[in-house]
Amino acid sequence: MSYQRSRGYVPFLIPGVVAFLAIVVGPFVANIAISFTRWRGVGTPEWIGLENYQRAFDDTAFWASFENNLRLVLAMTIIPTILGLLLAVFLFDNIHRHFGPRTTSFFRAGFYLPQIMPLIVAAIVWRWIYQPNWGILNWTLNSVGLDQFARNWLGNRETALYSIMGMMVWFQLGYPLVIFMAALQRVDPQLNEAAAIDGATWLQRVWHITVPLIRPEIYVVILTTAIHALKVFAPVYAMTRGGPGTATIVASYFSYKNFFERPNVGYGATIATLLTAIIMLLTVAFITVQVRQERRESV
Amino acid sequence: MASEAIALEKHAPRKQMVPRHILATRYLSLLLLAVLLAGVLFPLVVITLNSFKTEDEYFRSGPLSIPERFSLDNVRAVWERLDYTVKLRNSFIISITTAVAGVTISLLNAFALGIGKIKGRAFFLIFFVMAITLPQESLAYPLYYMFKEVGLYDSRWSIVIIFAVLHSAFGTYLLTSVFAAFPDEILDAAVIDGCNKVQLLLRIVVPINWPSLSVLFVFFFIWTWNEFFLPLIFLISNANQTVPLAVAMFQGQRGAAATFQSTAALLGVLPCILFFILFQRTLSKGIVAGSIK
Repeated sequence: MSYQRSRGYVPFLIPGVVAFLAIVVGPFVANIAISFTRWRGVGTPEWIGLENYQRAFDDTAFWASFENNLRLVLAMTIIPTILGLLLAVFLFDNIHRHFGPRTTSFFRAGFYLPQIMPLIVAAIVWRWIYQPNWGILNWTLNSVGLDQFARNWLGNRETALYSIMGMMVWFQLGYPLVIFMAALQRVDPQLNEAAAIDGATWLQRVWHITVPLIRPEIYVVILTTAIHALKVFAPVYAMTRGGPGTATIVASYFSYKNFFERPNVGYGATIATLLTAIIMLLTVAFITVQVRQERRESV
Repeated sequence: MASEAIALEKHAPRKQMVPRHILATRYLSLLLLAVLLAGVLFPLVVITLNSFKTEDEYFRSGPLSIPERFSLDNVRAVWERLDYTVKLRNSFIISITTAVAGVTISLLNAFALGIGKIKGRAFFLIFFVMAITLPQESLAYPLYYMFKEVGLYDSRWSIVIIFAVLHSAFGTYLLTSVFAAFPDEILDAAVIDGCNKVQLLLRIVVPINWPSLSVLFVFFFIWTWNEFFLPLIFLISNANQTVPLAVAMFQGQRGAAATFQSTAALLGVLPCILFFILFQRTLSKGIVAGSIK
């Protein structure tokens, strides 16, 4: 029977494919085409070949934006993954075992709470905290006598990006935590007990037993959060508009600025195309490594 | 004898007294975690506290004090300035319509790819998966230009159409892998009974996979609600804006900056807390499913 099954299904795919061509493929190709032109959004685009790309490579703002994106990978991927892993194991080993599943879910839900709000709203909350004149951070520093540490957190070159990074760690932590806690249910507790008897410390057990067993989830978390970090837009828009200077500019905001504020659409399209290329390369590289690793382990 | 030993072993840990210093460590770790959690929740707590204070009280007693009396004046004033009722309605209309349309597109795609197993399905799947990672920046300007040309710029429909399609990339991927495991016997039996394709989809595949479809619906609803970048570009007039957009655009008022801005932030957070409570079960199942598939 099954050999006939694939007949008559093609029509169901038509609406989806047509919509995709119109909303994704067409605009994607158009964006690449625009990146080879000089265009202000009105009139006829002028073909200039690779000039925009040449310009990007010579543009310090362009390099600053990708450097800041990399720092955000630290705040959105590396730190939350490590903290989330330690926290997940701690919750699972100590709280779950001794205080039961209800206490565990309470903590898990609490740490996850920032994740449920739009990133833009999280950024507004933290802009309120960082506000230089009446914000709660400076207010607290002043009221405990640490006045010399109070500053214009988002308006200062040295602190602006770190302030955004701090917010991002807070925002992201719940995601790896929830994923890892689900993964930990697969780990056989006897493995850990055996290792503990053999004298392995807590950290050794996490590294040598837990990490290899939940590696698929770690890959997923690292890849998805790194992509988010490369795409990040809302906090920069709401908190600093890329400033002061180029201190907090990111690729996404840089292209937005060229599209809609300058307007320098050709250059904006170039930045967007380069960002896409980086994300695609990262994704392919990551999945290749993951597949190779899985194959090696299954042999 | 053997079974007795097992039974004993099973019950032994409960009867054993836990030494005091171990108990102390346990409660200490609980306390440590509670402090950490308090730190994470702190921003949301202070936002809430200061939304119920007058500006005067904020500057008199500081941001950490409990409000002297819980006044709803800020909420009322900011609600009006945000035009919050309209923004809530916009967000709901956009998110629900997008979710329904997105699930429908995903369902049709996955029906052809996962159940129908049509030729070239690997190609189509890669095509959809690539679209999941695509940054919106690389589509933004052409979409903006296109929707302007067809007269849908600054319309809620523009956002609905775009996100229904963008989200359906993930939906197609997820549902195709769910449908690939759909038992052949059921399909074959339905075909022998004279089911045509549409009946097969609506009477067999949809009811059996209702849980997956509802997870996807909740995902799409929340993702759309939380979107910012494209709505910022497409929804410029006040009457069309969504809640997150309105909160981001909100400027306080002279003499009421601190408390008004915390109230606006609170009004941005509140709907999401409601969704979290409503959808918690569906979501926690879904987050895990989405990550592994």
